[in-house]
Amino acid sequence: MNNKPLLPVRQSLLNASRWKPWEPVLWLLAFASPLLLSSHALIINEIAIVALFAISLDLILGFTGIVSLGHAAFFGLGAYAAALFAKLVMPDPLVGLAVAIAVSTLMGAACSLTIMRGSDLTRLMVTLGMGLILLELANKLDWLTGGADGLQGVLMGPLLGRFEFDLSGRTAAYYSLCVGLILFLLARRLVHSPFGATLMAIRDNRLRAMAIGIPVHARLAVIYTVSAGVAGAAGGLLAQTTGFASLDVFDFHRSADVMLVLVVGGVGWLYGGIAGAVVFKLMQDILSAITPQYWTFWIGLFLVVLVLVGRERLLRPWTWFRRAKA
Amino acid sequence: MLTILFDGIAYGMLLFVLAVGLAVTMGLMNFINLAHGAFAMVGGYITVLLMQRLGMPFLLCLPLAFAGAALLGGVLERTLYRPMYARPHLDQVLFSIGLTFMAVASMDYFMGSTQQIIQLPDWLRGRTEIGSGSWILGMGHYRLFIVAVCAALTLALQYVLARTRFGSRLRASVDDQRVAAGLGINVNVVFLSTFAVGSGLAGLGGALGAEVLGLDPTFPLKFMIYFLIVVAVGGTSSITGPLLAALLLGIADVAGKYYIPKLGAFIVYSLMIAILIWRPQGLFVRKGGK
Repeated sequence: MNNKPLLPVRQSLLNASRWKPWEPVLWLLAFASPLLLSSHALIINEIAIVALFAISLDLILGFTGIVSLGHAAFFGLGAYAAALFAKLVMPDPLVGLAVAIAVSTLMGAACSLTIMRGSDLTRLMVTLGMGLILLELANKLDWLTGGADGLQGVLMGPLLGRFEFDLSGRTAAYYSLCVGLILFLLARRLVHSPFGATLMAIRDNRLRAMAIGIPVHARLAVIYTVSAGVAGAAGGLLAQTTGFASLDVFDFHRSADVMLVLVVGGVGWLYGGIAGAVVFKLMQDILSAITPQYWTFWIGLFLVVLVLVGRERLLRPWTWFRRAKA
Repeated sequence: MLTILFDGIAYGMLLFVLAVGLAVTMGLMNFINLAHGAFAMVGGYITVLLMQRLGMPFLLCLPLAFAGAALLGGVLERTLYRPMYARPHLDQVLFSIGLTFMAVASMDYFMGSTQQIIQLPDWLRGRTEIGSGSWILGMGHYRLFIVAVCAALTLALQYVLARTRFGSRLRASVDDQRVAAGLGINVNVVFLSTFAVGSGLAGLGGALGAEVLGLDPTFPLKFMIYFLIVVAVGGTSSITGPLLAALLLGIADVAGKYYIPKLGAFIVYSLMIAILIWRPQGLFVRKGGK
């Protein structure tokens, strides 16, 4: 067998997956930040978690083109799984995180059956419905989840048996950053693989992808499951570092916010989720300091302007006054 | 039992009026408008303001709520919505979520976050009971009024869409914009008026429903999912689909909350997912439609 024609393809895939020089610098900065800005470790932790959540949504929205309004379902499931595991079984964070990932991955695999059929609208509704069902469940099963009061009294053990979670949040920040980096690397590897290339083919034209022999449904199921697992990890991190899980993790706001985060940063680009998380969290922090009650107004205004200007163009200010191509 | 059925029907009728405008924009114009509930909220607040501040009678407030919401819808369609029609669905979702967030926050700012109460006139407050025993049928007069108004509206809408010149223009514009424009139909005006009427109906629904559903600034987010279910389950090619879906949803919701309060809204959501997996285009879909 002669596989010469495959070489250029392999070459281009390898080129795309090669590390750019600025990427390690970025990660070094991220890991230095809890030391440099030690009083802001809590918000760094939050940013890391939101970034990870956004990356998980990017896997299905940006790379596969599935619009989901209920991604908080997996986030919340991970959060409750981690919190319950710590409370009822054992307080070790890493085992708890593994449990959170496992539970949400299983749920994702089950839910992946629901996204196969129908149009954008149907998928929107089904994903939204899954999130709401889990919200209702967490609300009604109050003997297990604490209902509307949330699950309190989650005590985490020290990380790796050595590092205690402290009030300043530095351990938490490093924990989230490490988990985030590992999952980011896996996601990066995934989207630059031939598998990732087939996902983008499905996103661009599903019919064509089917015609050239890509098993569309199987691919969608796999990526949805992976994405659910990553979202569950983000939720688990949140529950573990705050020692609390409440109905808020399933809320519609979560799903809408994470989509906003991703869109602010740029869809279909893994760093987009990270950039969006930084921008969004800082914006939320500043705005809610100015107007504690009405900051959603500014978020809404921002969204409307963003879409009217064009998502692509907001990142490139020098194109604002040029006419859009017909 | 009949009482529950009746309440469910009234509730479903109300949902239908609230959602039918959405069925038109979403189904016919293929625009995912999550901000639909905001128009309903506007209608509700117009009624509350007129009744509390100006002391207007309830019946007069209803057409004003319709007009106010329709005007707002028309202005927004012309200025903001029109450039969005050709955009991908993700953009439309973001855009309309943004509008909803803005509406919720500004209502909160101007009107306060407390729930508004509507003082119904006396003749709507009574209750009639027919029959006895387990087959008793108790009808609140207000619910009866809602059912009557909604039934009249449904018939009128069906007539306009199926029989009038405007209806056929709308259907033509939806099926193929370019051909319709080529035939001399002013597509922009057709869409503008359709959107305005849809928003107006939402406003009317909000005014009617303020007493039953409760009215506070989170209204658009709280009921968005219900509108969406009605449209998604009912299919969007006719108005009988959303009507039946709204009735089904209303009855299931009321009965579910009565008989199995522990499960709450769980039943409705599960039902929706099951139906959508079974029939992704909605229960009632026209063959050969887009």
